Parts: sequence; structure tokens; C-alpha cells
Amino acid sequence: MLAKRLIACLDVRNGCVVKGVQFEDLATAGDPAALARRYDAEGIDELVVLDVTATIEKRRALEDTLRRVSAELFIPLTVGGGIRSEDDAAAALDAGADKVALNSAALQEPSLLTRLASRYGSQAVVVAIDAKRTADGRYEVFARSGQDRTAREAVEWAREAADCGAGEVLLTSIDRDGTRSGFDCSLTAAVASAVPIPVIASGGAGTFDHFDEVFTAGRADAALAASVFHFSEHAVADLKAFLRGRGIPVRL
Amino acid sequence: MIALIDYGAGNLTSVRKALTAVGAEYFTPANPDDIRNVSGLIIPGVGHFGTTKALTAAWRTAILGVVDCGLPLMGICLGMQYLFEGSDEAPEAPGLGLLAGTCRRLPSLVKVPHVGWNDLQIVKPSRLLADITTGAMTYFTHSYAAPLTPATVAQTDYGCTFAAVVEDCNIFGVQFHPEKSAAAGLEILRSFVQVTRSPDREITRSPGRPC
Repeated sequence: MLAKRLIACLDVRNGCVVKGVQFEDLATAGDPAALARRYDAEGIDELVVLDVTATIEKRRALEDTLRRVSAELFIPLTVGGGIRSEDDAAAALDAGADKVALNSAALQEPSLLTRLASRYGSQAVVVAIDAKRTADGRYEVFARSGQDRTAREAVEWAREAADCGAGEVLLTSIDRDGTRSGFDCSLTAAVASAVPIPVIASGGAGTFDHFDEVFTAGRADAALAASVFHFSEHAVADLKAFLRGRGIPVRL
Repeated sequence: MIALIDYGAGNLTSVRKALTAVGAEYFTPANPDDIRNVSGLIIPGVGHFGTTKALTAAWRTAILGVVDCGLPLMGICLGMQYLFEGSDEAPEAPGLGLLAGTCRRLPSLVKVPHVGWNDLQIVKPSRLLADITTGAMTYFTHSYAAPLTPATVAQTDYGCTFAAVVEDCNIFGVQFHPEKSAAAGLEILRSFVQVTRSPDREITRSPGRPC
């Protein structure tokens, strides 16, 4: 049976892991390569390296960080942040990433997803969507690390991105990011039931129950977290044992 | 020395890294002539079956020549599908035809592509899975899959039951990515590398004759 995936996110700035609350107030959490090795040993299913400031500062994700992170890693590695062209994607993949996540660039130019999918396959192309609940209960997509409104609706954009060739959706709730108050299960379920590709839920993980909720009520295929894994030892193995106890298929 | 065939279907950085980790000696041949004196072949690949058309007639002849000598060949993901007669994904692109059957799209009752860790159900003993037990999980990412045939040594369920690992004499294939499947994946690659070091020419595959 296909397992629900647990994905650790390393938000990296200037070669160091940082973790923000609602995308701001970054505080240093550690060395990315050391964290990657620890997660791999603990049984994490996948890693995402996000160069959180890359788009803002218009620079590429640090390739040497990627090389160091991927050197001894034999699980899938996704990189995001500042991937704006086929050349950026090629550099990230050559540095050891298996997938590239596109956010602002895909919004600007959806055909970039198509070109990357035809060159590397859809499995290498992730569309990252940052969404925020609006007053009327819809979910609006934001670009440039949550700074710019786009007026696009999350479900509709996820559908279009899948049609363009994205192989997975990395869906982040800006409202929940860093709050540890639980994933936005209604946002996740809305997107997961609308697209034919896997959806990774992100933003808000705080307790083991939150993962149970997002895999059941939220219909997520995978769940991504940062702080929950960063600041406690054995969190991955304990979480997997907990989920298995709840009847959720996981890789032990 | 193992030849890792690069025909432009995806990025080979991860495969190279994993082969290095299990102590394999390998190179990426530039021309079909370069694979004359190898100890084995690996055909990796992700993406669309149509990209296998980059393997020209000269490449196909060279690959089949190596296989006819009894040397081991392993296909990974798209490379495993290429061992079969073809795929519905690109009906105009012939597979190598080393294994009978055609690859079909996974049923739409499940999300396609099949992405993530799924378990292997071992159906018969094999050299490739010598150190693997039923229930081991490996990382898959694919939309098409190979049928169950007598060459199937492990199967996986996702919308249907398909061949996850195939082995027929000196022909080996895995639908998942061993280079991305943590310890279990490295173990499988190590087993293949072991086969390339001690190929049993007696069990060379020949058409119509079981080995």
C-alpha cells in the first residue's frame, strides 16, 4: 500500500537552516547537511530545501548547500526558491536535487512547468502554491514568499499547473505557517480532491494529531514540516509509530 | 566496469552517487562501440517512453549484443519498461523486447503518477532481491507500469498489481528508484553490482529456452 509521506523542510538562508513564523522573524536552527543526515537516519521519507530568501534577493538556491545536503542522501530531495528558468532548474538538478519546486516563476509563466516536464519528466516538477484564506472564505494565491497578491484562486491555479505538467503540488497555508496550530485541512482537501496529482500539505504542523488530521480530513498524500522535526530528537520515528497506530500507512 | 547508458531521460546525478556508494566502477559511454568490454549495463531513465528513441539502432544492437554474451543488464524505472516490447505511452517507440508484454498506464481510479514509498511483495526468489524481504518499501514515481509475467519476482499494488522487480536470467529491472530508496535501494544496487562481478554465463538467456 502506498505510504503517506513525511517530508522535512529545511528553510535555508545563507547556507543555514532558519525557520520563520508566517514567513518572517527568521531564527537560526542549524547546519543543513547535519540536519539532512539526522533526518535520513531517523527515517524521514523525503527532504525539501527551500532557499527562503532566494526569490526576494533574486539569486539562485545555493548549489554548494545542495551538494553538501545530497552527498550522503539516498531519499528524494526537492529544491525550491529562486528557480526561475530552465537553467536554474538544470543547475539544481545537477547539484543533486531530484525535483524542483516552482512558485512565483510558474505563476508568471506557466509554460515553464511544461518545458521542464518535457525535459525532465513531470516527476521532477513540483508547483509550490502559497495560499491565504480571504474574508469571503476563498483561498488566494500569493507570490514572492507571500508578499504579492495574485488574485488567483488556489484550486483553479493547482488545476492549471497540473495541466501544464506539474507532477506534485506543495501547498502551503500562509495563515498557518509557523503557528503550530494545525494544517489547513479545508484548503488541503479542496486542492487534493481537485487535482489528479499528489498534494503535499504544508504550514501549521504542531502535534502528531495534526498529521493524522491532514492525512484523513485533509486528504493529503504527504505532509511537510520544519520546526516539529528540527527541535526534537526521534520525532520522525515517534510520529510514524503514532500514525501507524492510527491506521495510516507509513514507511517504518 | 559497468556502462551507465545516458540517453537524456532525466538526470543521472543520483544514480551515479548511489553506484559510487555501493562501490561500483562505472562510466557513461559516449558511443555504442564503447560498451564492448563492459561487465554489465544499466539503463536508467525517467519521463516519457518516447525519449527511449534517443537509443538509436546502433545503440540497440550494441546493448542486445552485450546481453547475448550473457552479461547482466538492469533497467531502472523507464529503463525497466524499455526491456519490454513497448509502452502505450509511445506506441511508435519499440522496446528492446527482451521481456514479453507491453507497459500500460496505471488506472485513473488512483492518482497518477504513482509517487511515493510502496511495498514490494516478493513472488519468487531472485538474485536482485537476495537481501530484501517482502514488505520492504521503495520509492516509486511513474505513470505507466509493466505487466505481471513469469519474469516478475516482486509485485506492487497501486490501482492494479504490476511488476515492481523483474529478473530473467541476465535481464534485471526495477520499476522504482533504488538510488532514492534509502538502505533497501542500495542493497538492491549492491546485489546487481555483485552479479556483474560474477556473471554466470551458464544462465545466459536464449529465446524460447528457460534458464
